[in-house]
Amino acid sequence: MTTYVPVAETEARQEPGAPHYLNVTHGFRSWALTLDHKRIGLMYLIGTVASFLIGGLLALLIRVHLWKPEGAIFDPELYNQVFTLHGVFMVFFFIIPAIPAALGNFVLPMMLGAKDVALPRLNLASFYLWLCGLVLATIAIIFGGVDTGWTFYTPYSIQTPTAVIWMGLGIFMVGFSSIFTGLNFVVTTHKLRAPGLTWFRMPLFIWAVYSTSLLQILATPVLGITLLLLVFERVYGIGIFDPKMGGDPVLFQHFFWFYSHPAVYIMILPAMGVISEVISVHCRKPVFGYRMVAFSSLAIAVISFLVWGHHMFTSGQSEWAMMAFSFLTFFVGIPSAIKEFNWVATVWQGSVALTTPMLYALVFLIIFAIGGLTGIFLATLSVNIHLHMTYYVVAHFHYVMMGSTAIAFFAGVHHWWPKMFGVMYSEAWAKLSCLLIFVGFNLTFLPQFIMGSQGQIRRYATYLERWTPYHQASTVGAVILGVGFAIMVAYLLHSLLGVRKARRNEWGGVTLEWDSPSPPPLENFERPPVVTREVYDYSVLNPKS
Amino acid sequence: MHTPQEAGGHGAGHDAHHHGVVVPAPPGFVPHVVAHHFDTAEAEFSADKLAMWLFLATEVLLFGGLFAAYFYYHGVYPETFKVGGHQLNWRLGALNTLILLFSSYTMAMGVRAAQLSQKALMQKMLGITVLCGLGFLVVKYFEYAAKVSHGLVPARWFSDHDHVMAGVENGHLFFNFYWTMTAIHGLHVLIGMLLILWVMKGGAKGRFYGGYYLPVDLVGLYWHLVDLIWIFLFPLLYLVP
Ligand SMILES: [Cu+2]
Repeated sequence: MTTYVPVAETEARQEPGAPHYLNVTHGFRSWALTLDHKRIGLMYLIGTVASFLIGGLLALLIRVHLWKPEGAIFDPELYNQVFTLHGVFMVFFFIIPAIPAALGNFVLPMMLGAKDVALPRLNLASFYLWLCGLVLATIAIIFGGVDTGWTFYTPYSIQTPTAVIWMGLGIFMVGFSSIFTGLNFVVTTHKLRAPGLTWFRMPLFIWAVYSTSLLQILATPVLGITLLLLVFERVYGIGIFDPKMGGDPVLFQHFFWFYSHPAVYIMILPAMGVISEVISVHCRKPVFGYRMVAFSSLAIAVISFLVWGHHMFTSGQSEWAMMAFSFLTFFVGIPSAIKEFNWVATVWQGSVALTTPMLYALVFLIIFAIGGLTGIFLATLSVNIHLHMTYYVVAHFHYVMMGSTAIAFFAGVHHWWPKMFGVMYSEAWAKLSCLLIFVGFNLTFLPQFIMGSQGQIRRYATYLERWTPYHQASTVGAVILGVGFAIMVAYLLHSLLGVRKARRNEWGGVTLEWDSPSPPPLENFERPPVVTREVYDYSVLNPKS
Repeated sequence: MHTPQEAGGHGAGHDAHHHGVVVPAPPGFVPHVVAHHFDTAEAEFSADKLAMWLFLATEVLLFGGLFAAYFYYHGVYPETFKVGGHQLNWRLGALNTLILLFSSYTMAMGVRAAQLSQKALMQKMLGITVLCGLGFLVVKYFEYAAKVSHGLVPARWFSDHDHVMAGVENGHLFFNFYWTMTAIHGLHVLIGMLLILWVMKGGAKGRFYGGYYLPVDLVGLYWHLVDLIWIFLFPLLYLVP
């Protein structure tokens, strides 16, 4: 064993032409049956990005439809289906698996200095469960779609003639895929850390994914049983959520949000982990308040189980319950704010390299601040009653999920792209695309805050004349956003031609994955790494001569 | 310590490279090769065991959702649940409880036998455990058949033609819970039996011995959980207070 010394610029240890995980074997079977976490991560990356593009296309259609007050494309029934599918694809098939299953699968074992995740077969099985879920969702679309919204509220989801059963089973499968991924990561983090890699030497991405994994394990089974009960409701009328049978539809909301509030942290926590890595590497500084950032991930994971009622302030809860939920929701803002302030403090006086990943991280800092603060407004009982079911909620949710999580996902994709594929993309095009995405995103959703605060209700296929300018601004923003993403797809695919090869340590990071060739060999490291330094210790890097 | 793998020259499947640690086995057993990404057999054992415990936690939470709904409606319709509970045959329920408790004992004995490399005893104990599972399902079948004959079936087909639930509100709700919870549990029993049979197949080939009995242990944990869930289901459904 050798002591791990990160290499900033040199390619000396990388034999040219040495086989790496992408070309060590060939053929369909070598991918379909692979147990290599990097290949599985890559398959997830392709799958989740494809889901994102489908969901994004649906979003564009929604925005184009809302160009006119009377609606430009769909009849109202079809509109309901389109926004439901947009939500389902984005939430269950993109955001939830994107960072943990795609980036996490690739990066987490490498950051730990492991050869693979603890349970490689389970890892592959998770991927196929995810794929089965996607197939079932596709079947659901063919057999009449779903028009309940991504929340599947009863009793409407019991009555609608659309294919709720297929979609419910699809999401059930995706849920278990998510559980198994989380389980795998928890075990990997506990059992496969490199010698010397103590808990407080772990990169913050690991802390974030670990906390996420706990949420996946503890919350997702409840979604599983909820969807199963909904399926039973439709198959044989179990009656638990059906008021006609003596059941209580509000119970469904409790069950659903008991999962789905933690689920929004399943979505945002790994994003926060990515941001910690990106900011540290591209500012060449340890993350300010490392332990606080690490613990705030765990704090978020714990508190997020106690706030689900804030989705139901108008559904009929006792006043005391509502006050408790409102208070706890304010409370969960604290660990999030700790992270935000610590990131800003990390950038402060760092040697900031304005690379594409860093630009995305800065975009995240701005948008997450807005998304987080508007969440505090929504947690306030009296304000919530006014804003409930308006575009304000839509805007808040998208600032946090799209503007923060998806942006962090793309920060991560750009950050680890050279490691994953051994090639670099065009930074010029990447920065242009980042700019378009930033502008387009804000133009899409800022007007929604305004019209929502003035009472524009969400999820309707038509709207009053007076909202036209806001909706049209929003649509223009969505188109700009679409162009930004189209450019991104183009330059990323182009980079795969290998015009510009990536260096071993493209950005000068000091976490273990940068101590491996780009792309890494099958078992990640040329020799088993041993960690002897504190985390984010950049002093060992050879300064660029 | 094994040397790190030279890159290349082997298939992508992990089975293709045999550089894992080999756990010595007594004569007549097949030595276990530790998965390549673990340094020691202990690391592999503790990782897989932690994974199983976490999986069992998800099972508990899955049933936890059902139990939460049960308690909620028990609170809303106490009479319904009381009258409904009386329709169930508590003697058969108790018999099944005893069967499963006994099977947990034989399962534990099977694991013990595996630890001691006593192949024949292990196979015998696991075999008895499977038979207990089968017995449980047979008893369940007779219980189900009796309920069907009274029309006490899940909601859409609930007829209650003997009017046993006529005096209470939403009589079908209790039986919806009964059928759903016991059916999901029964499915777990069935899966557990299949898993034990799978372990027995490996046992017959001599795969499990003192140095490596992980699958026996893990399936055992699963089986104990299935029993434990029944220990909660039995009083909640058959002996409703
Ligand atoms: Cu929430």
